[in-house]
Amino acid sequence: MTAVPAPTAPAATSFLKRVGRYFYQHPNQALVLLLLLPMLWLLVFYVGSLSALLAQSFFSLDDFTGRIVRQFTLRTYQGMFSDPSNLDIFVRTLSMAAAVTVTSAVLAFPLAYYMARYARGRLRGILYLAVLLPLWSSYLVRVYTWKIILAQEGIITWFFNTLGLGGVLDWILSLPSFSLLGMFFVFVYIWLPYMILPINAALERVPKSLVEASSDLGARPGYTFRRVILPLAFPGVVAGSIFTFSLTLGDYIIPRVVGDSSYFVGMAVYAQQGTSGNIPLAAALTVVPIIIMIGYLLVARRLGAFDAL
Amino acid sequence: MRSNLETPRSPLALKLAAGCSLLFLHVPLCIIILYAFTTEEAAFTFPPPGLTTQWFSQLASRGDFWESLWLSVAVATTATLVAMILGTLLSLALYRSNFFGRDAISLLVILPIALPGIVTGIALRSAISLTGAQFTFWTIVIGHATFCIVTVYNNVIARLRRTAHSQVEASMDLGASTWQTFRYIILPNIATALLAGGMLAFALSFDEVIVTTFTAGQQRTLPIWIFDQLTRPRDRPVTNVAAVFVIAVTFIPILLSYRLTASTRE
Repeated sequence: MTAVPAPTAPAATSFLKRVGRYFYQHPNQALVLLLLLPMLWLLVFYVGSLSALLAQSFFSLDDFTGRIVRQFTLRTYQGMFSDPSNLDIFVRTLSMAAAVTVTSAVLAFPLAYYMARYARGRLRGILYLAVLLPLWSSYLVRVYTWKIILAQEGIITWFFNTLGLGGVLDWILSLPSFSLLGMFFVFVYIWLPYMILPINAALERVPKSLVEASSDLGARPGYTFRRVILPLAFPGVVAGSIFTFSLTLGDYIIPRVVGDSSYFVGMAVYAQQGTSGNIPLAAALTVVPIIIMIGYLLVARRLGAFDAL
Repeated sequence: MRSNLETPRSPLALKLAAGCSLLFLHVPLCIIILYAFTTEEAAFTFPPPGLTTQWFSQLASRGDFWESLWLSVAVATTATLVAMILGTLLSLALYRSNFFGRDAISLLVILPIALPGIVTGIALRSAISLTGAQFTFWTIVIGHATFCIVTVYNNVIARLRRTAHSQVEASMDLGASTWQTFRYIILPNIATALLAGGMLAFALSFDEVIVTTFTAGQQRTLPIWIFDQLTRPRDRPVTNVAAVFVIAVTFIPILLSYRLTASTRE
């Protein structure tokens, strides 16, 4: 770089101009300059932290002193996989995530479809906002409402009693998996908007001409829906499922607020790093959902979900 | 806009199903608002035995509430500013170029919200423990800014893709410097999208709790304050009011952001 001549205004401008021109003519260098700061941030803080996490999972906790031994070992993983209660946790969490994802897709589709095909003008805007608001806001508050709703003296009990179905409620409450059922509702409630928007986006992109062509060729609406609309909307469902599945997989607030003591991966991680101070085990427990999610993302990309995001 | 004449009538079953999903999404929020006014102190009886506004003033007199609120506002503001700068730089870099590793970078931006929050949380926590760093205001901001970048990035890059590049070329051809082009051509074009992304980032950061528990140490942001309150049954009415307050605070930026991006959607 040449030295800047006398600090008069025009000279300074022309220097800046020359720098600007240089980068305009050398877009690759400009690209590097633009990427420098954000990449530094993401690599240092995010990728760096993830590496620290991975590294910690290969450390172990000294059983006697309770201190972390910073030496490469597979002991933590060995311990984790040989403990049947951990396997229980993984199975429970994965089944919950799968059930939540399927239910969300079923509940989301009609609304997304209605928004894309039938709602127009003002109604469309209102519906869009009605999905957007719960998606972006008040995660914790939305979980907390269910504590109120599911409370013994709360609205659910009132509802069943008013309908004269108190007996049915008692039966549901006596089910051994009752708290799982409650958690399941809350999970679906919290992550549903994450499913609606990608499906809606995919449906919006279905060309109207395609639907018309199908019916011109004699297909009944149901047939058009199954053979034209549904396959084109499927990437949207997969895109939404990335969120519902992943977010359920790692959540520890919902099981703590509305669940009983049966553990989910997120809670186990939280307990290990907090009360037990066993960060290596917490890290190893987290690596499992990371690997599952990376596999999930790779499959999702093959199914075209990334274009629907 | 298509005319209403073309819009087919929707089947009743579809309307019902869509309506049920909407109710499912919104009735619970109405319930918490109702309970902010209940006269009951330690239970959630429905219907509430009476209505009162006394809990609002009781919450206002809680010093720890205000402390947490200010911490949350400061964290959300700082994280939003960082995310706005980094997100804009990233979208400027990626919207027109197609280089090796471009997909990897866009995946890296999405990853902090696509992976479970607990992953980001425990990753930062283990980095902090490994480097021996202290929990400070900045450890919270770093976590928040990292998952907020994507909201700004998504909004700005969508707008940039709709902005004709010929404008930028014309500006440079007419002798404007890169800075002038950015200041007078690019920035006005992306301004509302940038602001909209920033608003969403603020809302996201303001009520984040999962990552924050791992990076806050002893500090309490508003969501952590509420979370602590949940273990204190006697404070229930005050917690309800705080919950309604959080809803109100996060709804405003989301509504604004929706208005600001109206042109991008059409």
